[in-house]
Amino acid sequence: MSIASFEPTTLLTVLPEILLLALAGIILVVDLASQRSRGLLLAWLTALGLTGILIIALLYGQPGENDVLIFGGMLRHDWTAFAFRVLFLFAAAMTALLSIDVEGVADRGEYYALLIVATLGMSLMASSADMIMLFLAIETTSIPLYILAGFMKGDDKSTESGLKYFLFGALTSAVMLYGFSLLYGFSGDTNIYRLSEAMRAGAVSPWLIGGMAVLVLVGFSFKISAAPFQFWAPDVYEGAPTPITSFISTASKAAGFAVLLRFMLAVFPAIEAEWVTLLAIIATATMTVGNVLAIPQTNIKRLLAYSSIAHAGYAMIGLVALSSFGTATVIFYLIGYVVTNITAFAVVILFARSAGSDEIVDYAGLSRRSPGLALVLLVALLSLGGMPPLAGFVAKFYVFAAAIESGWIWLAFVGVLNAIIGLYYYMTILKVVYLYRSEDENKPITIPRSYALVLMICVIAILAIGTLSAPWLDWSVNSALSLF
Amino acid sequence: MEVPILSIVVFTPILFGVVLFFFPAERHREIRIFALAGATIALILSLWAYFTYDQAIGGYQLVERYSWVPRLGISYHVGVDGMNAPLVLLTGIVMFTGVLISWGIDDRPREFFGFLFILATGVFGVFVSLDLFQLFFFYEIAVFPMYLLIAIWGWKVTREYAAMKLTLYLFVGSVIAIVGGLAMYFASGAHSFSLFALEGAGFSVDFQRFWFPFVFFGFAVLGGIFPVHNWSPDGHVAAPTAVSMFHAGVLMKVGAFAALRVGIMLLPEGARFWAPLVLGLATVNVVYGAFIASIQTDFKYVIGFSSVSHMGLVILGFATLNLNGITGAGIQMFSHGVMTALFFAVVGMVYDRAHTREIPKLGGFIKVMPLVGIAFIIGGLVSMGMPGFSGFVAEFPIFMGLWQSQPIVAIIAAFSIVITAGYIMRVIGRVFFGEMPEELKGHITPINTFDKIALVILSGILLLVGVYPTIIAPLVESGAQVVLALVGGA
Repeated sequence: MSIASFEPTTLLTVLPEILLLALAGIILVVDLASQRSRGLLLAWLTALGLTGILIIALLYGQPGENDVLIFGGMLRHDWTAFAFRVLFLFAAAMTALLSIDVEGVADRGEYYALLIVATLGMSLMASSADMIMLFLAIETTSIPLYILAGFMKGDDKSTESGLKYFLFGALTSAVMLYGFSLLYGFSGDTNIYRLSEAMRAGAVSPWLIGGMAVLVLVGFSFKISAAPFQFWAPDVYEGAPTPITSFISTASKAAGFAVLLRFMLAVFPAIEAEWVTLLAIIATATMTVGNVLAIPQTNIKRLLAYSSIAHAGYAMIGLVALSSFGTATVIFYLIGYVVTNITAFAVVILFARSAGSDEIVDYAGLSRRSPGLALVLLVALLSLGGMPPLAGFVAKFYVFAAAIESGWIWLAFVGVLNAIIGLYYYMTILKVVYLYRSEDENKPITIPRSYALVLMICVIAILAIGTLSAPWLDWSVNSALSLF
Repeated sequence: MEVPILSIVVFTPILFGVVLFFFPAERHREIRIFALAGATIALILSLWAYFTYDQAIGGYQLVERYSWVPRLGISYHVGVDGMNAPLVLLTGIVMFTGVLISWGIDDRPREFFGFLFILATGVFGVFVSLDLFQLFFFYEIAVFPMYLLIAIWGWKVTREYAAMKLTLYLFVGSVIAIVGGLAMYFASGAHSFSLFALEGAGFSVDFQRFWFPFVFFGFAVLGGIFPVHNWSPDGHVAAPTAVSMFHAGVLMKVGAFAALRVGIMLLPEGARFWAPLVLGLATVNVVYGAFIASIQTDFKYVIGFSSVSHMGLVILGFATLNLNGITGAGIQMFSHGVMTALFFAVVGMVYDRAHTREIPKLGGFIKVMPLVGIAFIIGGLVSMGMPGFSGFVAEFPIFMGLWQSQPIVAIIAAFSIVITAGYIMRVIGRVFFGEMPEELKGHITPINTFDKIALVILSGILLLVGVYPTIIAPLVESGAQVVLALVGGA
């Protein structure tokens, strides 16, 4: 693939990233300049800024007919990057709105600035076409997230969360970097799209390539919380401020998938059959571990952490299918999952704000305290569980379809049976919400406007993706095509 | 432009259900009236769909088709023929009477009717589907609300257990069927989820034999086939009255219908290969279900197991793969749906007043609630397959079909008629006649007008079909012909 020479207009292709950087700066300045009720101002400014960038990215960030490598091959301007970037911006804007009322984070400028920088990093992760750029992008994403997870300094759990996330992240990054260095050593190139050719020309043994693939997968597995590198997720999710939990479990995971899709498909065609089998095994382990361990959880954030591990497993099925349709279903799955999980966490934040608890038992009587909120939680959990007419159903349906199309019948069965386990624990939450009584039933739950907005957008999106999936699917298929 | 009757039938309930959620929670009366209005519209339109079906033309009618996900060949495609038209009508009837019977629900009626209506949309949607994806889509919608309806409004003792058991059983079945459906889609190469395209796909014999059990039994779980039937009595008993009516009356037909529509009609060679097993299991259903029903002391469990037994007859009818059997099964789905809805309505009315369902603790109800007693007796006669009642119209062809294909099965299954007569007589004798226990005397309040209307409608239909079978039999037969054309055979 040729590398486009630099023109001033090339800068336009990274306009969203440039604007993100500018927005982060603006937030820091406004933080210093403003005095009172900064939380509201900063959050809305961040959310509106991100929405603005989202619109600009949609209008001006579209790649042309042909996918091009830009900036000396550092980035690739293609539909995959475009789709993921839009997804990240959406998730970040929602996260900013969800942070408005969260104590300890809402009125801190650096919180929003870090959020924006992490989004910038993800956006670059999705478009990186060079291992060096990729590593920088991953770190640009991860370091702000480490800080954000441990943002509430006074809270032991949050500190633990940040530290744990950092230690695990640093370790897996190091292993991944080692894989990168070996790849460079054996091919003499760092560009993802030339590596495979270079390795073939150099007649690198498949065993060596396989070893390097495993090293690299360690880092990616950490980002998407796939087994056996899922251990950090429950502790980190539980301790981190909930909006950040939501962000890590959605956007950061999707970013990991963006890298996984691009890297595996571009670099390792030589050992395709082998890494696909390995991924099938990882997907099985991830789904099963996530779902089985979710069952005994009593804290909703931990439960959603395990559920999000399981969802990484479902999404991986689409990649195992190793077809452009399969890859498209991964992207589709992630779109549905991101929207749904944000909704679930929004309810968790709202509930904790009024009731001061994340324990599932305390959700008793929620359907009487706030029927609307209970209904939103119902929609979110059923979508996670894969029920129509919600996003989760079509997302799972397509992923399993991709698996069957490529002959992975057993994997499809593993997937559907796991979906049943998932449904079981989502239903146990709904049981508490709808069935059990509590003494707090007459204490209403207030829903501030910004949260109501998030809930409305997300619920409409869940229904829209679930019922009118055609445009989203076409979009995903187009995005996936640029990876093949 | 023609009025899209079927779409209106399908989406009226969910539309009303969603609007219900915007009602203020404490306006119970308005909520009920609005729910009744929705159910009335659905009933009238399903009657319309039933009676405007022109047998002279045949085939699928009132067809609507819109592209849904063109990339995968998924469309929204609905239509009625002789097989599903009675089931659409049945759903309309049970929905309407179910709302009438549930007038007294005082705990969050808004949510109750909301979830019930979402379920109804799912049921209508499955029955009229001509697209496999759409069928799965509505199937899942039909199953889930059951969990909440049973868990929240059900019988306190077993509701959590029964609701979870039911939901998990049904979902395991449905997802396995989904995998089978996807396998068919990709194997057909037609790039379409249209049932017609899949019917004509010409799957290889091995393929059909391999996938038939997944698809057929996946759906037949909801039809209550042995040995995966035991979610059903537990579910029926734990559910509140209207939900039991819906559940046994309509939802089990969804399972049986989908097993026929997808399993037998799309994989006919598989059906022929596996028919002996299906026959065997369904015979167990019929006889064993009736036997278990006869030793229950809980009134509602008697009815619950009688459903297992009667649904066994439906599946037996399918498995004969001949015209009589399938026609009978089609009529039986309708007849049993109305009959069992009537039964559960009666059980609910008795339980609401006596606060017990133990048969030995009941008695003499015919004196205080004559209409309820008469309705139950009519239902009972249907259940026994008495001539002059709809049960005869349904069961006679099934046994004829069985005799043609497997005389031994016919003989064994016929025992169930005797057992059924036994337990129905016992229930009638113990609950409605005899002496009312002292502690109940004076506590039994009469039923209200809504209940009466519901009972009259349900028992009237059973009689009507019994004395005037032409209203349904030729229609179902025309549908069964379509099935046979695919399956081949007599």
